[in-house]
Amino acid sequence: MSIWEYANPKKFIATTTPLVPWVLGVAIACLVVGLVWGFFLTPDDFRQGSTVKIIYLHVPAALMAINAWFMMLAMSLIWLVRRHHVSALAARAAAPVGIVMTLIALITGAIWGQPMWGTWWAWDPRLTSFLILFLFYLGYMALWEAIEDPDTAADLTSVLCIVGSVFAVLSRYAVNFWNQGLHQGTSIPVATGERTISDVFFVPLLICMVGFGLLFLALVLIRTQTEIRVRRIRALEIRMRS
Amino acid sequence: MIALLRRDLSLAVRAGGGFGLGLAFFLIIVVLVPFGVGPEAAVLSRIAPGILWVAALLAALLSLDRIFALDFEDGTLPLLATSPLPLEGVALIKGVAHWITTGLPLTLAAPAFGFLLNLDPSAYVWLLASLALGTPALSMIGTFGAALTVGLRRGGLLMSLLVLPLYVPTLIFGAETVRRGALGLDAITPLLMLAGITLGSFALLPFATSSALRVNLK
Repeated sequence: MSIWEYANPKKFIATTTPLVPWVLGVAIACLVVGLVWGFFLTPDDFRQGSTVKIIYLHVPAALMAINAWFMMLAMSLIWLVRRHHVSALAARAAAPVGIVMTLIALITGAIWGQPMWGTWWAWDPRLTSFLILFLFYLGYMALWEAIEDPDTAADLTSVLCIVGSVFAVLSRYAVNFWNQGLHQGTSIPVATGERTISDVFFVPLLICMVGFGLLFLALVLIRTQTEIRVRRIRALEIRMRS
Repeated sequence: MIALLRRDLSLAVRAGGGFGLGLAFFLIIVVLVPFGVGPEAAVLSRIAPGILWVAALLAALLSLDRIFALDFEDGTLPLLATSPLPLEGVALIKGVAHWITTGLPLTLAAPAFGFLLNLDPSAYVWLLASLALGTPALSMIGTFGAALTVGLRRGGLLMSLLVLPLYVPTLIFGAETVRRGALGLDAITPLLMLAGITLGSFALLPFATSSALRVNLK
């Protein structure tokens, strides 16, 4: 019994199918509780007023945008080393979810930035690195779509994902160096554990983060199952033709 | 490896447009910018570092899809892959050959273009140094992008999309070096970062390029 058993597509579908409604249900519950709590039950911030409430969408989306890429990196490495098709398909399935998360973070950031900074967009390190992340996702998805043979596509996108990760980290430091930021620093530094955000805002934010994480998980599971089934259909079609 | 380098260089020279194309493109951008933003000397000298670096980047991008496409079409690439030379070496030489045909002439010609854009005289050294150190990274990254898309029809646009985000750090540090040089600030830090990116690209990207080539030749 090892974790690699779940790399068998049949076993993967059998295991995850009953799991998906639960994950999705808990995700929606977390999002409803977190967003309602955040939007209606927290006081307005003394400086930012009610606009601070967009944080409940902005921060979790940004978090998941980055973590989705990390997940794709892990899946790409597993594909290259152990050649489990499910991992390559999971990486493929995660990319559109990741790009949507990036877009949500960019758009809510623009909506938040307009009243706060007086501008929709600034060439600030954090904003710019998210735009670059968006380009990475775009290139990754375009490469998947462009290649006919699924195994070749999986190989090439995995290599691209690994090289892209190195350059994504590099870009992050480069843009920091390039321009001083307008964006505030992180409110929840993991390293020091000292929060600059008060508990009133933090608890619903945490619930929203958990909700976004589970939503991502549910979407990736569903999309991976779909990819597996699409591939089965294609295999059947080829068999019928011959 | 030397023979392969010679072959690639002589092909680039004899096929025509090898050296000239990138330079001509560079010239076009540098000539067009003053028409676009107006001919005031102060404005031009302020944006010159960025324009020169963006122009160098675009000129390198323009010639990328020639790196492997021709060899792939006439069947040279599978031969190279089965030759005793390791494919990583082929990838490295292809990048070097691309740099000699685009990056090197751009670097040498850059001061003249800097003159056209009214670049501050103190920045010329930094312009030369940053282009000399940075354009090899552009060539190596581009070789990787070209290897990813080598088997594809109309891979050129896709390759631009793939390569563009990878070019960002190089562009930032390169332009920053020249900008700081023009302002008389200390420009050695971004230059060292640029050198780091180039050395890292030379050390690691041939492996990624060759694995992409292996997949595409399978």
